[in-house]
Amino acid sequence: MIYRENGQFKTSYRADMQMLPLRQDRLFMVMVAAFAFGAVPFLASDYLFLSLLIPFLILTLAAIGLNILVGYCGQISIGHAAFMAVGAYAAYNLALRVPQLNFLVVLVLAGLIAALVGILFGIPSLRIKGLYLAVATLAAQFFVDWLFARVKWFTNYAHSGSVSTAPVELFGWRIDAPVEKYLFLLAVLVAFTLIAKNLVRGHIGREWMAMRDMDVAAEVIGIRPVYAKLTAFAVSSFYCGVAGALWGFMHLGSWEPLAFSLTLSLNLLFMIIIGGMGSLLGSYLGAAFIVVLPIVLNQLPGELGVPLSTATATHLEFMIFGALIVFFLIAEPHGLARLWATGKEKLRLWPFPH
Amino acid sequence: MTAVREHAPVAVLGAALLVGLFTPLALGLSAPGFWVEVVLGGLVAGVLYALVALGFVLIFKASGVFNFAQGAMVLFAALAVARLAERVPLWAAILLAIAIMVVLAIAIERVVLRPLVNQDSVALLMATLGVTYFLDGFGQTIWGSDIYSIDLGLAREPVMILGSVLQGGVLINRDDVAAAVVAVLLVGMLALFFQKTATGRALRAVADDHQAAQSVGIPLNRIWVIVWSVAGVVAIVAGVIWGGKLGVQFSISLVALKALPVVILGGFTSVPGAIVGGLIIGVGEKMAEVFLGPVLVKAFDLAGGGIENWFAYVLALLFLLARPEGLFGERHIDRV
Amino acid sequence: MTAPHPDVALAIRRLGEPILAVENVSLAFGGVKALQGVSFHVREHEVLAIIGPNGAGKTSMLNVINGVYHPQQGTIRLRTDAGWREFRDMKPHDAAVIGIARTFQSIALFKGMSVLDNIMTGRNLRMRCGLLAQALRIGPAEREEIRHREAVERIIEFLEIEAHRRTPVGRLPYGLQKRVDLGRALASEPRLLLLDEPMAGMNLEEKEDMCRFILDANDEFGTTVALIEHDMSVVMDISDRVVVLDYGRKIADGAPEAVRANPAVIEAYLGTRH
Repeated sequence: MIYRENGQFKTSYRADMQMLPLRQDRLFMVMVAAFAFGAVPFLASDYLFLSLLIPFLILTLAAIGLNILVGYCGQISIGHAAFMAVGAYAAYNLALRVPQLNFLVVLVLAGLIAALVGILFGIPSLRIKGLYLAVATLAAQFFVDWLFARVKWFTNYAHSGSVSTAPVELFGWRIDAPVEKYLFLLAVLVAFTLIAKNLVRGHIGREWMAMRDMDVAAEVIGIRPVYAKLTAFAVSSFYCGVAGALWGFMHLGSWEPLAFSLTLSLNLLFMIIIGGMGSLLGSYLGAAFIVVLPIVLNQLPGELGVPLSTATATHLEFMIFGALIVFFLIAEPHGLARLWATGKEKLRLWPFPH
Repeated sequence: MTAVREHAPVAVLGAALLVGLFTPLALGLSAPGFWVEVVLGGLVAGVLYALVALGFVLIFKASGVFNFAQGAMVLFAALAVARLAERVPLWAAILLAIAIMVVLAIAIERVVLRPLVNQDSVALLMATLGVTYFLDGFGQTIWGSDIYSIDLGLAREPVMILGSVLQGGVLINRDDVAAAVVAVLLVGMLALFFQKTATGRALRAVADDHQAAQSVGIPLNRIWVIVWSVAGVVAIVAGVIWGGKLGVQFSISLVALKALPVVILGGFTSVPGAIVGGLIIGVGEKMAEVFLGPVLVKAFDLAGGGIENWFAYVLALLFLLARPEGLFGERHIDRV
Repeated sequence: MTAPHPDVALAIRRLGEPILAVENVSLAFGGVKALQGVSFHVREHEVLAIIGPNGAGKTSMLNVINGVYHPQQGTIRLRTDAGWREFRDMKPHDAAVIGIARTFQSIALFKGMSVLDNIMTGRNLRMRCGLLAQALRIGPAEREEIRHREAVERIIEFLEIEAHRRTPVGRLPYGLQKRVDLGRALASEPRLLLLDEPMAGMNLEEKEDMCRFILDANDEFGTTVALIEHDMSVVMDISDRVVVLDYGRKIADGAPEAVRANPAVIEAYLGTRH
């Protein structure tokens, strides 16, 4: 009853093709945005910002990036944290060696550098697919790990191999406090989500999905596989590069090369599997899930009066992760996003059963 | 003419590897004895990788599933043997571990694989990733997360051989020799099993075409249980040997990742390929770390070596670009 | 001599000069000879049917024309605006660029996308806006999407599938999927449309609908059609000319009635009388 589309007739293609064609969806988005920008800054504690919201926003950005490559274009990558690393170290070096640069420019440049590296490592995808491509992306992961650990120039010849960053200054605004970081990241994420949505509903998005669904047929109707795959790698790596830079500058503050290891790559992959591949909403849901789960696992047993050692909690976390991955792949391969969509379908009919 | 063009990239890569292998010897960068030691060390590491890769190949051959969890299975098996051996004699521990691995195999097949039987290979890969995480946590919850040791009862001191032939002689470890012998025996047994027995034939049929195999009455599910159990046993052998050498710890499951380049080189469905691939990766890695590493460090002012971490993967990548189906694998043709 | 019947005159006026010439094409896979010295041509605005027993090489013929297979011998020549283009080693993408579209026997639709999106992919060669323009989606990118949406909607209307616009194609019944396949091929405004058994697996009603669509496309859009078909009544009904293949060789080429009466054709299908 609430969610009916009744009466919302579209009289132009432009109206039909807009991002949120349903009035209820638009209202919902406005409410969510108002809450996120207007209410949360006052309601959330510093702890909530630092341990939950800020990582969530940055990881969502990275998850959108990975989703574009894996979910929309169908190319597997299990080494994507490498591109986050490239973005982070690129941003660090840019901020260090060209300090006059505006931070937004640094972010975009870091993203572009990551995109170039992404195109390079995407070249194997032109010849190999599936499992073989997965192993090739592992090569990217380990090589990049090694590169930033060993080539001293990247870490500015630091003895320990780790780098640290100063708080970000943007047009005179020192983004230091957790709530300030939150607002900045939220704005960046919203902007990038809109861009991703535009790409995905445009013809490049259709080319990506065509490559995913049936690449042989895609070639027959005139889609160039090289262009489609490499743009997917480029855009995906751009997003992850920016996310990596933000992760280093706004979340970690200082980091060693291991900060962008295989574990992070696998976490990104889990985010989009659980959240829903080929869905922007899925990236949000998956990232939220992966960020919240360890915290819940750490706090909940204590709350319930069953204390667990950190080691046991970690093991339990691994077990639950693993079990959930398998569960989602079996029960709902399209992830939480599909569950959400099914819920909306039910809401359209409510209170009628069918 | 096309045959030459097809094989040229691989031949070039192979030639480059051979050149790289003998260059340190030719340039006199080290004593010949040391060179032999590095090569032998690489061969031993290669044998160990090959053992893990064997598990991959078995499962892929029979069910088309790429079992990312093989490493976790090796770890689980090794942990089981190590901890059980604290209470019962080693042979009993191994037998018990075999039983446990068979049960585990059945469980994985029933709970994870059967529901996913129609999904594409990437989904199955992700599922085995999930199994990896689960086994990781589960294994450490049950068996504990310290470092444990497996005492194989072999003398620990290395033996000097070929002292009269090569200057400086060559040091080898007895347990390395034992490992190599066991691996060769295992491969031999598996090869015989696949070629000569009825079950082995059934396994090959299933690997070729599930539906055709079913239509001649081969019980698919039972075959898969057998395969996963055999893979479990291979995991035990690998785990015991690795564990005996390095001590049983979490890093073993990471080491198993190294077996992926092995199957890339050797082909996903070839048992001898797993061995050859393992040896190439093992030797290549060691040579790169010992001889190429210092060169790179000096040339680019690097902070230490660590070439080992990525050499195998980059090598696999190069081979993939040259020959996407691996050295011994089957060509995959897309039908329209 | 009486004047030809107006309908016949219309038909003769409609058919144009040859736009596709297959010349002495031979194709072999290892030891298997799929095509042996096949030659024929297709005239503009014509509906040509390629028929023959199973394994005669019909699908291979289409695959050669749109570049999926490369013949060992012979050439394909297509008349474009810039004159005749000769090729043998063309890739499917290039075939699409010069205006050859095709459908496949097993439906090669993008199962994860809606009907609308599937047909929109057929327009991709005409979409010019770059990545950045699409990312920002203001002005030119938006206008381009709308323009192509209009073209696609004309096809959707033509094929009578308006109700299923937003349905993921994987959920549609087989007959409708084939229609969407046709729509996607038509969306690229091809000069030559290759249809591989467009009516396979359809019931009588669906076949009649499909015939109507093919004829209408040929009439309204002037699309030249070459189709593989097994159903003789369909072939008789809609084709202007028929080419018959058997064991990779062409054994007949002419008007439908003539081909039907051709003894070699009858023998190929039914075998000889002993």
